[in-house]
Amino acid sequence: MSTDKKTSEPLFSKKNKQLITDPLTDNNPVTIQVLGICSALAITVQVSQAIVMSLSVLFVIIMGNLIVSLLRNLIPSRIRIIVQLLVVASLVIIVDQVLAAFQPDLSAKLSVFVGLIITNCIIMGRLEAFAMANKPWPSILDGLGNGLGYGAILILVAVFRELFGSGTLMGYPIFGNSLPGEESGLYAMGYQNNNLMILPPMALIITGIIIWVQRSRNKALIEEH
Amino acid sequence: MESTLDIFVKAIFSENMIFAYFLGMCSYLAVSKTVKTAAGLGAAVIFVLAVTVPVNFLLENYVLKEGALSWLGSEYAELDLSFLSFIMYIAVVASIVQLVEMLVEKFAPALYGALGIFLPLIAVNCSILGGALFMAERQYSTILDATAFSLGSGIGWFIAIVAIAAIREKLRYSNVPGPLRGLGITFIVTGLMGMAFMSFMGIKYGKEAASEEAVPITTMIDNNEENNIN
Repeated sequence: MSTDKKTSEPLFSKKNKQLITDPLTDNNPVTIQVLGICSALAITVQVSQAIVMSLSVLFVIIMGNLIVSLLRNLIPSRIRIIVQLLVVASLVIIVDQVLAAFQPDLSAKLSVFVGLIITNCIIMGRLEAFAMANKPWPSILDGLGNGLGYGAILILVAVFRELFGSGTLMGYPIFGNSLPGEESGLYAMGYQNNNLMILPPMALIITGIIIWVQRSRNKALIEEH
Repeated sequence: MESTLDIFVKAIFSENMIFAYFLGMCSYLAVSKTVKTAAGLGAAVIFVLAVTVPVNFLLENYVLKEGALSWLGSEYAELDLSFLSFIMYIAVVASIVQLVEMLVEKFAPALYGALGIFLPLIAVNCSILGGALFMAERQYSTILDATAFSLGSGIGWFIAIVAIAAIREKLRYSNVPGPLRGLGITFIVTGLMGMAFMSFMGIKYGKEAASEEAVPITTMIDNNEENNIN
């Protein structure tokens, strides 16, 4: 795919690579830019939901960035928000219909949160801040990087919540059988699942702790107040 | 069947937009540095939610739902336009926000001065679209119930953002560990507030309240688990 590109810049130049790697670490959309938390945390009870949600967002953000970047010279700036919303809404309808057709169970579990990708601030934020001012290829990379950065946090939170809340990962029991009467593994020694992990507030607290760890490793990110 | 009052109170407390569903977190985190601006944004959210959800309710029930177009004649009764609901809701929200902004500017300049800068922000606030989507998913039977839900959600959002703004104003004088400062501590405080709000779960209002038996706490947790997964 790189052969027909006639720009002088190589396809994976240092700058372009940074577009992918920065959002994964020091410019993470969730923990640093504070975007896209809205619908993210409610579906981190199970890892499988988090993965599906991340893939959906990844698709929408890459395609949205590409389309808006291609249209960027045609969109009058006064109505750009509405145009962006329509592009994103159409993409989300595609995701929703595909999910409903091929994964009806997951689609029912994700309920309104697939629809809420439309107002996910990451997507609007990247469209507005990056795709409106850049060529299609960097925009795709930017979407890829930010989608992955978002997914990384989502899946990390989901791993903690599912592991300690239900004792499973992706639905497979990790600590043994927890059914009363036939306990095995850790449960036989008196281990209990932490029901608090399943409740919504813990998603916030785990995210808070992830931010804490990240910022103590990189002091430059610490806020004044 | 839930009573209207029940829906209203539940939307404010136990199913609070912020603490139970994390909707509108972006503006909640970004605009909660001082109580004054937080109250402005909160008021704008109440206002827009209370207007858009009933409009979307009518749209859902008379245009989009399967068989909703039967009032046009029997040949339209088979139509199911629900796949268009996302794009219709967001279009309604964006245009009503624009309309409200113009009306407020014309007829209530003082209010416009207070809410003005926040109104455009609200079109992309998750809690507004979330309100419409929850309304469609829960299939409220009357427009009164839908309005009670939207008003309750708005008030719950208002309470949440004003409370966190007040706490953040005080937090400025406390010695928070460096890496937690700002965003980190706000997340953790929100989590703790969420736990406090969860204690409203299971309270019943309205007529059935007297006849209901007390719900044991374990079933409450189980119910909640299901709610979360579903």
